[in-house]
Parts: sequence; C-alpha cells; structure tokens
Amino acid sequence: MTETELQQTDTILGHFDDQRANLIPILQDIQGKYYYLPQEVLTRVARKLRIPLTDVYQVATFYRCFSLVPRGRHQVQVCLGTACHVRGAPRVLDRILTDLKLGAPGTTRDRQFTVLTVRCVGCCGLAPVVRVDDKTHPHLTQAKVRGMLNKYRLKQQAQEEVAATEEAGDRDATAQVS
Amino acid sequence: MPRLKSVEELESFRTGLRATRDPKRPCLTVCAGSGCTAAGAHDVLAGLRKTLAKHGLQDAIGVKSTGCHGFCERGPLMIVWPEGTFYNQVTANDAAAIVASVSNGHVPVEKLLYRDPVSGKRVIREEEVPFYARQQRVLFGNNGRIDPKDIEDYLHVGGYGALARVLSTMSPEQIVDAVTRSGLRGRGGAGFPTGLKWKLCRENPAPRYLICNGDEGDPGAFMDRSLLEGNPHSVVEGMIIGAFALGAQEAYVYVRAEYPLACEHLRAAIDQAEEYGLLGDDILGTGMKLRIHVVKGAGAFVCGEETALIASLEGRVGEPHPRPPYPAQKGLWGRPTVINNVKTWASVPVIINWGPEWYAGIGTEKSKGTMVFSLVGKINNTGLVEVPMGITLREMIYDIGGGIPGGKALKAIQIGGPSGGCIPADLIDLPIDYERLTEAGSMMGSGGMVVVDETTCMVDIARYFMEFLEDESCGQCFPCRKGTQRMRQILTRICAGNGVEEDIPLLEDLGWLMKQASLCALGQTAANPVLTTLRYFRDEYLAHIRERRCPAKVCRELIFYEIEPTLCDGCHACVRVCAGDAILGAKEEVHTIDRARCTRCGACLEVCQPKAVQVGTGELVCRN
Repeated sequence: MTETELQQTDTILGHFDDQRANLIPILQDIQGKYYYLPQEVLTRVARKLRIPLTDVYQVATFYRCFSLVPRGRHQVQVCLGTACHVRGAPRVLDRILTDLKLGAPGTTRDRQFTVLTVRCVGCCGLAPVVRVDDKTHPHLTQAKVRGMLNKYRLKQQAQEEVAATEEAGDRDATAQVS
Repeated sequence: MPRLKSVEELESFRTGLRATRDPKRPCLTVCAGSGCTAAGAHDVLAGLRKTLAKHGLQDAIGVKSTGCHGFCERGPLMIVWPEGTFYNQVTANDAAAIVASVSNGHVPVEKLLYRDPVSGKRVIREEEVPFYARQQRVLFGNNGRIDPKDIEDYLHVGGYGALARVLSTMSPEQIVDAVTRSGLRGRGGAGFPTGLKWKLCRENPAPRYLICNGDEGDPGAFMDRSLLEGNPHSVVEGMIIGAFALGAQEAYVYVRAEYPLACEHLRAAIDQAEEYGLLGDDILGTGMKLRIHVVKGAGAFVCGEETALIASLEGRVGEPHPRPPYPAQKGLWGRPTVINNVKTWASVPVIINWGPEWYAGIGTEKSKGTMVFSLVGKINNTGLVEVPMGITLREMIYDIGGGIPGGKALKAIQIGGPSGGCIPADLIDLPIDYERLTEAGSMMGSGGMVVVDETTCMVDIARYFMEFLEDESCGQCFPCRKGTQRMRQILTRICAGNGVEEDIPLLEDLGWLMKQASLCALGQTAANPVLTTLRYFRDEYLAHIRERRCPAKVCRELIFYEIEPTLCDGCHACVRVCAGDAILGAKEEVHTIDRARCTRCGACLEVCQPKAVQVGTGELVCRN
C-alpha cells in the first residue's frame, strides 16, 4: 500500500470514535473504498479500536460483504434467490462461469470480473436476474449471457488501452528520473 | 422549516399544507421500487419530465417517484392523480401520449391500461385490477401516493397523526394495552404477541432500547425493503410511538446490506423528522427525546435472528446466544431491548389511528390484521400482496396471482423461506394464519411465498435450501453446522442419482435432531424444507433413488436432451449456443445431440423455436 492510501485509511478512521460498535461501519467504509480489506489497514483498525487483530479478522471473515482479496473491476452478482432458482438461475450462473473461464465464483485472472452469488436482490418479478455493478439485467437466459458480458468487455478494452498509455507514460517518467 | 413545538402546531401545519395543495392538480406518480426501476422506471420519469418541460407544463402537472406499488410483474407502473388512472408496462416513449391525455381532459391512454387476461377488458383504476381487488392494503396503501423522500407528502395523508394523538391523549400503559388488544403479532416470523413483548420489556429498569429488524434475508422476500423504500416515515412513526410507550431514548434500525436505497430513504426520513421536531430532543414540545440510528448490515442471514442482530450491532460476529435471557430482559449492551420487524413497527400507527378493535376485527381468531406476502416463482402476477390473515392459498394464487403461467399444473407453495416448508397443491384451501401453517409443517416466516409448478423438482428445492442454510449457518453450534452440511451432502447424492433408500430415514433423524438440539431458530427450523417435502413428496425422492429418474426433469445427472427429428427445422440456433459443441448436423439439416459431449445445460432448449429439443429422464440415462 502506498503512503497516500494509508492516509486515506486514517481519514476514514478519523470519522469514527474508538468504540467497538464502530468496527463493522469502519470495515464497510474501507471495503467501499478499496473493494477489499488490505492487511495493513486491518492492523490500523485494530490499533485504533484497541482490540486484538484476531477480533478484526473474525468479523472481516464472518460477514459476506467483506473480502480479504482484491475484487475485479466489474462485480457480476448472480441472484440465487428462490424465485430466480426455480426460473433457471443456476444454469445462467454456469454459463457466466464458462464464459469467463472460471471454475467457481471468484475473480478472473485479468481482474476484470468478479462473479459473486447473492441471495435475492428483490426483483423476483424479473427472475432470473444478474446485477453487474449497479445495473440489473432482467429475464436472463443462457443465450443472453455473452451479450450482457460483452457490454462490459467493450468498455474494458477501451479502459485497457487508456491504462496501457498511462503505464507507458509512467515508464517514461521513471526512465527520466533514473 | 421551523420546528413544530406542539401537537396543535402539527395539526395547524397539516391544515395549512392541505389548503395549499390543489386536490385537482394532476400528478403523475411513477413506481420506483426495485422491480420497476430494473424495468426502466427512471427512464419513464425522465421522459415525463422532459415532455412536460417541452410543453411548459411542469408547474401545471406534477411528477413524483414513489415507492413500490406491489405489482412488479407489470412494471413500470404509474398512476395519474386525481383520477387514479392506472397504467402498466409504461416506457419512456409513452410520455408524450400520457401528457397529451392529461392536458386534453384526461382520456385514458388505452394501450397502457391493464387488460384483464380473462375477460380481455381494459380496466382504468388500480382497485379494479384483480391483483389489487382482493387485497387490503393497510401498510402499503400509501406507497403509490407519496414521495418517500418528502415528509410533507406523508403529513398530507395524515402521517404522524397517531403520534400526535399518543402524545396528547395517551399514557405509555394505554399504548401497550392498545397494542395488546389489537392482537398484533410479530411480523418477522415467529409471531410473538407484540403487546406482551413490550409489557415484559417495561418490567425491566431503564435505559431501554428499541431495534427495528430490517435484515430481511429470506430469498424471495422483499416486503420490508419495499416498505423502508416506499414509506419510511410509517416505520419511524411506529418507532417513536414505541419509544414513548417503552421510555426509550435510543433506537436502531438494522437494514440489510443489499438495500442501499432503503438506507438512503430511511436516513432522509429521520433527518426530516428531526428537522420538523418530530424526532430528536423535545419531540413536539413534550420533552420526549429519541434518536434513531440507521445501521447497515454486513451480509449474514443469521443476523435476522434477534440475539445475533444485537451481537452485530455491538460490533461482534453475528452469533446467536441461548434465550433466556430474552432481549426484553437483557438485550443491547445488556439492557432491556424490544426488537420488532419493519412491518410490526409500521402497524403501530395504523392500530392507534383506527383503533385496536378495528385491527382485531381483521383476520382470524388468533392471527389478527393483515400480512404482506411476496408472491413469486411460477406465478402470473408476481408482486407484493397485502391480505387479511385467514385468506386461503387458492385465493392468493388464482384470484390475486392469476394462476400458473403456461397452463402448467401447480405443484406446491413454499412459504416462509428457508425456515418454512412446502405446502402441496392439494392443501390449497388452507387458510393462511400462524397456527394453520405450523400445523402443515411450514411457518409464516417473513412472508415469502414461492409458487412452484410441475417443472420444479422438490428434491432439488430441498437441496437448494439446505445449501443456502449450510452456507449461512454461523457455525457456532454443532447440530446446525454439521446437520446442514450432512443433509446437503445426502440431498446432493440423491439428486445425482446415487441415493439409497436408507437416506430417507437418515434425513428424518437428522431433521429431528437439529430441531431438538440447535441453539437458535435458524438451526431449529433448517430441516423444515426437507421434512415437508419428505412428508408430501416422498414419491419424488423414491423416483430419484429407485429409478434414477427426476420426474420434473430438473436434476442434471438424471436427464438427457434429444432432438425430435420430425420437429427440427435445422435452424442452427441450438448449435450456436451449445457450450460443449455437442450438437451435430449442418444448417438446414436435422440436428442430433451427442450425449457423450452434452453438458445438459439446457441452452438449446431455451432457444429452440419449433420445440424440437426435448428432455427425457429415467432408464435411458443409463445408456449414456
């Protein structure tokens, strides 16, 4: 983690007083910022609240919202609520996993997609549904999966190009310094 | 807005508000609940606003986004007030027609009106739609009228009137007595009498705390969310009345992590209530104090259990602890705490406004009032339904739900989520109340009602719930942690065609043991989906075990796909979607499926227009 990132953590911590009850809200804010809980940050949280690191770890691993490993750029949340289940969600999930070359829900190797299963997003009338980032895709079938993912892949390619240019720029800068 | 300093100021403010609002001014209210939003409600809103601005009508005609109207199947929904014209499946392209109709003397837009599938007639008003006609919308009635982010809308429809009455005319004891006489029982599942809970809490010394349980975890249930999103002030008002009755000064609303909009609306409602002097210090000049804090859950189903929820509020892992002591004796921070469901809190103002006797007049002998169900699954009219207790399943499914799609046969109704059970189709005349559902092996739960038809495998459903519960068991007590795991393993084995007949008594034994020995309600009720399916659908289990056959043709290991050559038109659609390259045959020629390569994903079945792809089960599987 960089110094700025740790400073950002301190800013988040500054919003809360040192009460144990604030542990979950603090972790939620950090998860919201980095999309995962980096180890150094957890140490800081433990120190701030004056509780053992194991307590922080216990909470961080108990709740589904938290992740100890980084998540991908796009979060693909496949609803496995009962209504979606009886209307074919397991098959949609399988198709998404095959399409992204994943054996089980998780993050793709290029860290572009994280596939998560969720239990009911409350759109049972549109079952089966998949939520990608903030957009809910209704009435999915296996045949629609590729098209849905491609919408994000296209953006992803464009972003990759931007990232590649930036990276090249960074390299130039480093070269100049050395 | 200056703070309202007395009950009289509140009432005169309300009178002023009603005088300034022209009841004849047209207003377009669009449902922005989660279902309608996913179906494009925000595009409709933008379209309407743009059209109104284009014609310079933005002052003459109002536009409002409201909470969930309940009829999710036909979203996006909207109502044109004051006529109450109900439109369904509206798109942004319809904006011009709607605005034109309102400004030209309000002739309804024919094609957007709901068409009765039986008579084929168009109906104009919401209450004429069969889906709404049988409902009694006591808690959800205002969802279609008010903007959840505007307290003045809530005040306009009489909001905080119950609070005013309580503060000016009732003592805390009288409130507890009214709630007791109303017969209200906890709407979160177990159905504990609310008045008794409050009374028990009051017997313990202050400080006392209030909690609203909005950790709605049951898959297929979304009524708490819709209420928090659509009418948050009704919950806040109920909590203030509860706090007055219980002498509490701090209250918490625990909202499920997946509901960001509910948190946002609730926070806005609390801020506004504080601004208007209805919450905070010196409520309506009476000296009463109350702070309501919104706490976001972190994603754990078990936190819906009250003691686990309290642990989570205290910043610990959500592990339940044995009761007694009950939270009413020793709850949050070890203090007496009343914890009630969202709908229970929202029922309190209704009981005060209409009187406990009126409320007790709805429902059956032991289950009073209305209950909200989310009617989902294989049903024509998916949505949220509020009905008086004691209505039969038949009325729910056929009169309100509009029956089963595709002319399929009803098989069962799964009520109460993972803790509930499956009620078979032949018990369809069962009246719905707490006792009758428990007798049938299910439970009220939070009101999730999943309808399944003949194409749903009951063993697979049991396995699904067990997988869910294994995942969500907190792992603290052995019977639940290991019991859910073992049951899931046995069910998976049966679904794969590897079950043995001894598995059935083994499942029953495990279920009995979990019921007796688990620490909390999650484990004690975890076996219900398995035990009820074994009770009512034992033949399906036996078909899986004895004949390696899945009668509903769902369990992947027990089915095969084939193409009926006389129906195949060689369109190649199935070949394109096949993930395993298992479909052979050139374009325009009859296709065949190579069973050795087929992964049985069923994608070909979905795309086949002439319905040539067919599913089989049974002996032929062995030939693979």
